[in-house]
Amino acid sequence: MADESKAQIDAATGTQFKGHEWDGIQELDTPLPRWWLWTFYATILFAIGYTIAYPAWPMISDYTRGAMGWSSRGALVKELAARDAALAPIHKAIADTPIEQLPGNAQLMQAAVEGGRAAFKVHCVQCHGSGAAGSKGYPNLNDDDWLWGGDLTTIEKTIIDGVRNPDHAETRQSMMPAFGRDQLLTPAQVNDVVAHVRTISRQDKPGAASQRGAPVFADNCAVCHGPAGQGIRSLGAPNLTDGIWLYGGDADAIHATVQNSRQGVMPRWGDKLDKATIRMLAAYVHSLGGGEAAPAPEVPAVADAANGVQSQTGQ
Amino acid sequence: MEKLVMKTGGWFAVALAAFAAMLAAADSGFAVHMGIVCAAALLVAVFTMRSADYQALTRGLLKMPADQGKYDDDPVRWGVIATVFWGLAGFLAGLYIALQLAFPALNLGLEYTSFGRLRPLHTSAVIFAFGGNALIATSFYVVQRTCRARLAFPALARFVFWGYQMFIVLAATGYLLGITEAKEYAEPEWYVDLWLTIVWVAYLVVFGGTILKRKEPHIYVANWFYLSFILTIAMLHIVNNLSMPVSLLGAKSYSAFAGVQDALTQWWYGHNAVGFFLTAGFLAMMYYFVPKQAERPVYSYRLSIIHFWSLIFLYIWAGPHHLHYTALPDWAQTLGMVFSIMLWMPSWGGMINGLMTLNGAWDKIRTDPIIRMMVMALAFYGMSTFEGPLMSIKAVNSLSHYTDWTIGHVHSGALGWNGMITFACLYYLAPRLWKRERLYSLRLVNWHFWLATVGIVLYAASMWVAGIMQGLMWREYGSDGYLVYAFSEVVSAMFPMYLIRAAGGLLYLSGALIMAWNIGKTIAGSPLRAEKPMHDAPYDAQADRPLPAAQPA
Repeated sequence: MADESKAQIDAATGTQFKGHEWDGIQELDTPLPRWWLWTFYATILFAIGYTIAYPAWPMISDYTRGAMGWSSRGALVKELAARDAALAPIHKAIADTPIEQLPGNAQLMQAAVEGGRAAFKVHCVQCHGSGAAGSKGYPNLNDDDWLWGGDLTTIEKTIIDGVRNPDHAETRQSMMPAFGRDQLLTPAQVNDVVAHVRTISRQDKPGAASQRGAPVFADNCAVCHGPAGQGIRSLGAPNLTDGIWLYGGDADAIHATVQNSRQGVMPRWGDKLDKATIRMLAAYVHSLGGGEAAPAPEVPAVADAANGVQSQTGQ
Repeated sequence: MEKLVMKTGGWFAVALAAFAAMLAAADSGFAVHMGIVCAAALLVAVFTMRSADYQALTRGLLKMPADQGKYDDDPVRWGVIATVFWGLAGFLAGLYIALQLAFPALNLGLEYTSFGRLRPLHTSAVIFAFGGNALIATSFYVVQRTCRARLAFPALARFVFWGYQMFIVLAATGYLLGITEAKEYAEPEWYVDLWLTIVWVAYLVVFGGTILKRKEPHIYVANWFYLSFILTIAMLHIVNNLSMPVSLLGAKSYSAFAGVQDALTQWWYGHNAVGFFLTAGFLAMMYYFVPKQAERPVYSYRLSIIHFWSLIFLYIWAGPHHLHYTALPDWAQTLGMVFSIMLWMPSWGGMINGLMTLNGAWDKIRTDPIIRMMVMALAFYGMSTFEGPLMSIKAVNSLSHYTDWTIGHVHSGALGWNGMITFACLYYLAPRLWKRERLYSLRLVNWHFWLATVGIVLYAASMWVAGIMQGLMWREYGSDGYLVYAFSEVVSAMFPMYLIRAAGGLLYLSGALIMAWNIGKTIAGSPLRAEKPMHDAPYDAQADRPLPAAQPA
């Protein structure tokens, strides 16, 4: 069979058969396509050139570094340095400007907000969400409801020192007792005070339970949350009357809060981020919609709570 | 009789050992697996007893030797059915996880149906179950015919088929149970790996044995490719899966390599699984079935030699391009990249040899839907083997890596090349293996062709757009020098692309369902579907006459 087709010419292509045959399959003796061969050679030449230019060949104890002196780590260091150098002047200006004076310099404030927006996406979105809208246990930063205060200086301090950091004296600290678990209140009292909180937050109409709860609230809760339950910022005690809840405002969620307390933690960033980045983050959070003007000095936060500019996240 | 008792007893002993291992298992996943092994061994034992010819045994007759004048096609027939079945399973799993990416609620809140467990189920089902069965079945078919010899070691060939199905079942159930080595495309744990090693060595013995008993003077190019695939996969599988089990009665093991060495070994394996499983193996299919279906000689013998040796020499070094810009030393990244670029022409050699084999038969693209599928397969092969070297270039890779572009690249190769060439081979094989006049329907093949082609286009195009968009969004700096997008914003931007991708997958799955129907009807021996033939140059009896004398105006 093989001999028959040897030196035979395939009519359709005019090419000679190779002379083998398997199960009816024959092969033509077509030469390698020239473009194929030359492209193959070109890729080999490129490969040789590239391995001369770049780190490539492993040796006994090292490798060839390449004529260009390029390394991926070197390139990264260079790129980061270039970026840092480009941003250095504006970062220095921001770091050197006390935060309360930032709004006075519109251009600097704008740069700080943009820088904060980028830093927020890296450091803050994990808890506060990419839109800063928060979720259960993590405050919404878009509204004007603040636990500790919403002016630039206060926000910056919250970012620097964090909330309830066990290893840091300056941290924002407030400890609501676990009234039920630690038996500071009887189960009946807990239920009553929950009913009272549901009433002052205008979710339930007053009833027997809420009336029984009112004195319990006055004796146990008002010292931090205020007699009307409108919260006290200097203590980080949330406003309970504004319909905004960090852990939920239904009876079960409030019951869980009174029973076990909540001790949400925010990291302190003062030891992790540089001064400019923190200042930019504060400017960004302030810009989200709920930022407040710096309070007039010497005015205690209690007065703030009483004059109706309620700005504390309810719990 | 003694032999039958020994055989059945042996299987019972295996079942008993598996049962004991199930009871003593260190973890529940291993117990489930040993239960499966026990059930399978019992099944084989019962089957051995039932299928024995007791009359012949009592009369002391020896078994008739197989007719050496006929090819041994039973394992090929089973393989065709298994390929269709696992293909459907794999495509369905793929569609489901594509929808999970668009609608995460489809994870159903269950560990068993989470993306992380279904994704390896999908990849293994399509690569190893669908692709692997296609490779084993076609290799048994092709090696017999191109060697003009009956399959060597018929019992071992049957063991290869059923043992491989066992591997698939253990791997797939393991993924659902959370048993994994966490190595991409090599997820099965140590005992499943050992089982596959045994099956694979048996495969090599059957295939190599058949080549050794060949009646042809030379070994056909398809068999070079099959052999390189079998040998290299054996080497890759063993080295990458070297690991130490925590307990001989538990599923967990730890890799012999650590850190970047482990990563490099894994991608040396992973890339060459693509190179030798999905490229060399499927080129072998191409080298037999394209000339047979086109009834044309192979374009160039010289090209087949040069591209074969250059392909297998270059492919094995290209793995590091999966680890660009990682802890892998720069020099290894460079070599991975340049070997990938040199791989471009050797890869295209196969495409040229396949496409140019149609020289003198190009009209068949119009008339023969199976040829059409083969041509589309080769076109996608050429496209993805150009895209691969392109993506291995570090500057391109810095954009494309970790994005959906990679997913698009893999699927234009897998759906376009591996899928289409496999479908074409299945359509070629079905009527021949079951001795039918032709397929139940050629029109349905055409439907399959178009559904699959549009599906691939939707899939690949949406993933290119998604990937490049992702890459650009991740790296975009605003004029003020800060990154513009948060990661979650990039994720939500992918949503429309994920929907288009799922639509493409749905089309591809529908085409495969039509194929299952068509091949099922062919196997069942149904009367051929009444349909217009594919080549129907119009005939107009009215026009088929001399022109009448011109009428005055």
